[in-house]
Amino acid sequence: MTEPFLSITGLSAVSDRENGAPILRDVSLRLERGEVRGLVGESGAGKSTIAKALLGILPRTVRVTGGAIRFEGQDLLTLKPKQLSDIMGSEISLIPQDPQTALNPGRRVESQLTDGLRMRRGLSRQAAHDKALKLLEEVHIRDPERVLKAYPHELSGGMRQRVLIAAAFALEPKLVVADEPTTALDVTVQKQILRLIRGMQKTHGTGMIFVTHDLGVVAQICDTVTLLYAGKVIEAGPTAQVLATPKHAYTKALLAAGPRYDRPTAGLEPVPQAIFDQLRAEMGIM
Amino acid sequence: MRKSLKAALSEPKVVLAGGFILLLLIAAVFAPWLAPKDPLEQDLMLGTLPPTGYEGTEPGYWLGTDDLGRDVLSRLIHGSRTALIVAFVAAGLAALLGTMLGLLAGWYRGWVDVVISRLVDIWMAFPPVLLSILLVAVLGSGVHSVIAAIVIIDWTRFCRVVRSETMAQAQMDYVTAAQTIGFPKARILFSEILPNVAPVIVALLSLEMGIAVIVEAILSFVGLSVSSDTPTWGGMIAQGRAIIYQGWWVLVAPLVLLFLTVLAFNQLGDGLRRALDPMMRR
Repeated sequence: MTEPFLSITGLSAVSDRENGAPILRDVSLRLERGEVRGLVGESGAGKSTIAKALLGILPRTVRVTGGAIRFEGQDLLTLKPKQLSDIMGSEISLIPQDPQTALNPGRRVESQLTDGLRMRRGLSRQAAHDKALKLLEEVHIRDPERVLKAYPHELSGGMRQRVLIAAAFALEPKLVVADEPTTALDVTVQKQILRLIRGMQKTHGTGMIFVTHDLGVVAQICDTVTLLYAGKVIEAGPTAQVLATPKHAYTKALLAAGPRYDRPTAGLEPVPQAIFDQLRAEMGIM
Repeated sequence: MRKSLKAALSEPKVVLAGGFILLLLIAAVFAPWLAPKDPLEQDLMLGTLPPTGYEGTEPGYWLGTDDLGRDVLSRLIHGSRTALIVAFVAAGLAALLGTMLGLLAGWYRGWVDVVISRLVDIWMAFPPVLLSILLVAVLGSGVHSVIAAIVIIDWTRFCRVVRSETMAQAQMDYVTAAQTIGFPKARILFSEILPNVAPVIVALLSLEMGIAVIVEAILSFVGLSVSSDTPTWGGMIAQGRAIIYQGWWVLVAPLVLLFLTVLAFNQLGDGLRRALDPMMRR
């Protein structure tokens, strides 16, 4: 069997802050080249922790206790900082959650967008400028020359997120980690951004880990999905299959809990307590 | 940069307060040519002359004279030299020291932060005026000692604010992004974080200049600043207090100028903060 593009095997992590409370429990998943995998779960399910582990930016309070993250044959967890920083940004990049804080308010869009191009690819100022223009056109920004000269606060949230998407794809990475990229946006903008990310991913043939808590988003954008609860994989498989014929009771309850547009007065159906009890029993936590 | 300047100049506070300070600066630099009289020349025949417009004035003495017959206006103009030197040099050095330590504490956290923060805590427990009098008494009087005293006392203001601001900026995703791209730590600190902390430093710097002017006045009021043959506002206030019933103007003139100067520095700081902060600029 050939080495997969990206594989996480038996990844476990604990929090140093809360007396070693487990954050990830024996998580495994695989990603093929050009595949989009959704990581879904409630707050605290560990989806963002996995994303951070992939990027090598785990907070100091999180300690990995076992497992491996293999990316194109290299174990990211055992690489030296120098080798790791060579991969980060150029082979693996991030579309961040909050476009407000992800851009430096004191620097123009151009200098931030071209940082990586100039530092990593050694492009000249002019070449980086041209490439940045192309990238902004690719993410459907109308007046790219003006946007390049703008400061982040002069752009709307949707524009900033487009800029960040352009930045994430700037160095032609093989893997993009999207950490809830639409959570901070209006619902109307969300849909455009999702379509844009999907389009960029397809044209560049990039593999993608898409972190979200929204099963509707998963249905739109992900080829495969991994559902987490309390740091453990509950269910995984092709999106259509998981959403249509969920195996686990928690998945079923979660799908039933979503708003029903055909019955707007019916209210929301919370996940029954019995299912949480069952989950805890399966994991051996009380 | 040009844009920041333009934004700053469109803020009325900046123009007014900055204009006043500029005038004061010109007065200080060209004091020997601008002052109508020699500030040290005594003439007991012309003692405690009231300002122009009151009864018994003598032409040429716009703000009157003190009890030794020295021209108040000329002494004010010459006094602005000491005041402004102390304001700029002391506030600048305090900002430099405080910002450096604040950046280090906020960026490296851990034991660096513990050491610097405890130092600030201990420092701030001392009553500042008492400490400055003590310091000048130990260092000896003179402009250098006054400046040293202000720097030693007031770097903590900058340190505390810069530290917390640095911590807040370091949490931002753009700093994480700069780290993952592989920028060296020093470059992230100075070219990513520092520019975003700068508006706060500029505002504080201007406030601190106002404080420095007051501290210098206090020290010269108690006679611990420069020697008494150099006119200072604080020295004039002390002298005017003694003869308040004979010549109120000797006390009021330096007080009003001191008040206006400190007000101008404070307003300038506020205006600059608004103008320079990219988040507040719309």
